[in-house]
Amino acid sequence: MEAGLAVRMHGIHKRFGAVAANVDVDLTVRTGTVHGIVGENGAGKSTLMSVLYGFYSADSGSIEVFGQPATIRNADEAIALGIGMVHQHFMLVETLSALDNVMLGAEPHWRLSRAQDKVRQTLDGLMQTTGLHVPLQALVQDLAVGDRQRLEILKALYRGARILVLDEPTAVLTPQETEQLFGVLDALRRQGTTIVLITHKLKEVMRLCDDVTVMRAGRVVARLPIEQASVEGLALAMVGRKVQMGRPESAQGTRASHGLLQATGIMWRDVYGVQRLHGLDLSLRAGEIVGVAGVSGNGQSELLDVLSGLLVPTAGQMTLQGQVFSADAWLDPHTARTMGLAHVPEDRQSRALVMDFVAWESAVLGYDGLSDYSHQGWMDHAAMRSATAAMMARFDVRPAAPELRSSKFSGGNQQKLVLARELGQAPRVLLVGQPTRGVDIGAIEFIYARLRELRDAGCALLVVSSELDEILALSDRVIVMNQGRITGDLAIGDCTEAGLGLLMSGAAE
Amino acid sequence: MNAAKPLSRWAELLLLPLVCLGVALLAAAAVVTLVGQNPVEVVSVLVQGALGTRRGVSYTLYYATTFIFTGLAVAVAHHGGLFNIGGEGQAIMGGLGTGLVALWLSSSLPAWVILPLMMLAGALFGMVWAAVPAYLQAYRGSHVVITTIMFNFMASSLLVYLLVNHLRPAGAMAVESAAFAPSARLASARDALAWFGIDWPASPLNLSLLLALAASGLVYLFLWRTRAGYHLRAVGASPAAAEYAGIRSRHQVLVAMAISGALAGLVGMNEIAGVNGRLLLEFVSGAGFTGIAVALMGRNHPVGIILASVLFGALFQGGAEVAFEVRGFSRDMVVMLQGLIVLFSGAMAYVIAPVLARVLAWSRALGWRHG
Repeated sequence: MEAGLAVRMHGIHKRFGAVAANVDVDLTVRTGTVHGIVGENGAGKSTLMSVLYGFYSADSGSIEVFGQPATIRNADEAIALGIGMVHQHFMLVETLSALDNVMLGAEPHWRLSRAQDKVRQTLDGLMQTTGLHVPLQALVQDLAVGDRQRLEILKALYRGARILVLDEPTAVLTPQETEQLFGVLDALRRQGTTIVLITHKLKEVMRLCDDVTVMRAGRVVARLPIEQASVEGLALAMVGRKVQMGRPESAQGTRASHGLLQATGIMWRDVYGVQRLHGLDLSLRAGEIVGVAGVSGNGQSELLDVLSGLLVPTAGQMTLQGQVFSADAWLDPHTARTMGLAHVPEDRQSRALVMDFVAWESAVLGYDGLSDYSHQGWMDHAAMRSATAAMMARFDVRPAAPELRSSKFSGGNQQKLVLARELGQAPRVLLVGQPTRGVDIGAIEFIYARLRELRDAGCALLVVSSELDEILALSDRVIVMNQGRITGDLAIGDCTEAGLGLLMSGAAE
Repeated sequence: MNAAKPLSRWAELLLLPLVCLGVALLAAAAVVTLVGQNPVEVVSVLVQGALGTRRGVSYTLYYATTFIFTGLAVAVAHHGGLFNIGGEGQAIMGGLGTGLVALWLSSSLPAWVILPLMMLAGALFGMVWAAVPAYLQAYRGSHVVITTIMFNFMASSLLVYLLVNHLRPAGAMAVESAAFAPSARLASARDALAWFGIDWPASPLNLSLLLALAASGLVYLFLWRTRAGYHLRAVGASPAAAEYAGIRSRHQVLVAMAISGALAGLVGMNEIAGVNGRLLLEFVSGAGFTGIAVALMGRNHPVGIILASVLFGALFQGGAEVAFEVRGFSRDMVVMLQGLIVLFSGAMAYVIAPVLARVLAWSRALGWRHG
């Protein structure tokens, strides 16, 4: 029984200047199914969805929604056609309640209290039938990430979405929350909602989708029902070559030796007086990668900032290469660098690079005082340029253009440039936050190889990541954090996804 | 809604300011026509008055000298992420410093000693006047825009107080100090060129123009060639990244404002040491604020600032000529013209840029089709 097509996009072309983001793309989504769109960053998935949602207009091509030819010029027209979008970065007003967020821009009555009553009634019904439960009175800023995501979905459904587009919905969720989300999506599918899922996690595609479309470099390279798909096959189609993603078997070998960094009793309170770190103890040994697992916002970022000298802890002490730092005389980022402690920060857009600087200016950030780069306070531009060109060649940064502005590089290439800079001075201790966030599969493989190389050379690495797969692929030892506490410290052999998930949620007592 | 493509570099640096200037002149021409004047006549008098004669050029460059100092001051602060709206007050204080040194020491020291001392005093006074708001911003959280505005009023009042109660010679009616000894006068362009046997008409233009050009070069070297300038720009462009790099951003606030204030303080070398030869009121007369427009139009780059300063200098000089020559055309009309240029080159640039990008893309597409 053919249910008909919810979306049919045909021959979509979209160029941005010299870049062809979509080339002759066809997409057909059957009504009442979950359709996965997979592809590396820059493969054109988001552009395609932006065309569907009216953010961009295609240069050529046609769109049909539920069999009717449609021109979609803006989000309002998309919503009117029954298309709802849940963005990767939530579009919610933090200081408003969940209810007000749903109502915003679609108030059914000019008197606010009357409008709220009406919306609440509708939402209660929706929550009953879909299983999407959100505390409607709570302010969004007090909601957990999972709740916010459910709220986004509710918002789309409230506006009459019959086609739901989700962009990387599981990026910020624990394994348990992901399961919960999939339960909801499953229920929505049974009720006839069509779902388009943009993701790069192939396991999730296999678990949930009915059909899958694979994109590479702006084109559709494969389109198949899930029965014919496999994780390996999809990865091959996405990247165009074979990728080694998991743990290389040989990588278990190196033995951790002497301690390089020892932190004890680290406490940190934020400006509002909220205790974010509760007496953490941690040691990093030469030749080992320690992974920090945890749902974002449980103190991992603060831990990185404290260890790298960006934040001064309220209590605690740290021994780095034999030198002791206490909370009253903490190390600063400059000292940290001179002592061989390098840091690849989580937020590369605002921290790791100066977006307005050309690449070679960003590529010496924090290291401009090296005698290679400057003499008596004067910068040696030629040396900086050639050093940057060398970094770009070694880490395959594309385009290899030291004069290009930092903001013009894609996320993955920015990250490679940052890694090239931080690895360039042979650090003894390396702190890495989200090593591959926004980085595509081919580059992930490359970055993992560099980090393992560094470990094998005797460096101590601390890797914070919200991707459990990443932690499992890289670490020799795993620390789990929940609400500013270390809730687990396991050798990699003792780790299971379910076990870590429980520790991450703080449920294991 | 299509996101407009950004302009290419040459278009942004060269074409956009020219288009903005053109639009501003068109708008001005419309207003001139509305009040019953002939815009062609007004513009020709303006251009002729500003650039047509050696005397006109001299006046233009004299005005430009002051604008270069205040424009550079705004630009350096801008690169440090700060909006120094206090150039006016810092320039007043700079003039005060320059004047005080001249009054106390000019009778006993030769020119080659006293002039550098006056310059240093001017820079130092401007620097200190900017450093106080900078300190308050960096370590006490008072916003620098607010405090520098207040400091403008304080500088102005302080100058009046000192002139009226202390520096005015006994019995004099005019609110101004005694004249400096000749050693404390910066040579005028006429005198300087006479040393080389060139005959040049008398004008307020003096050697401080060279000082302004040197300052532009030094600002360029500082911002783009030294580590200190790199740190300052890093803090201005991304405070979080600068912090990550181990740069102390509070310290950079002080550095940026101190340099900014020192540059503004050099205005005294032009107006006090170069032109008036005595300390008096109103010698800055809004140049500190014009510097904001100059920096805006010059894209905070020394070369752009020099060009923008000359443009504004020409407007001042040409405007004065127009007010004098064209009957029924008041000085206020000239101020209006300046206002339009500031509006179109500053605020409206962001409106014009996407339009220009579209026109360029369109003309290029057209060219392809024909070619």
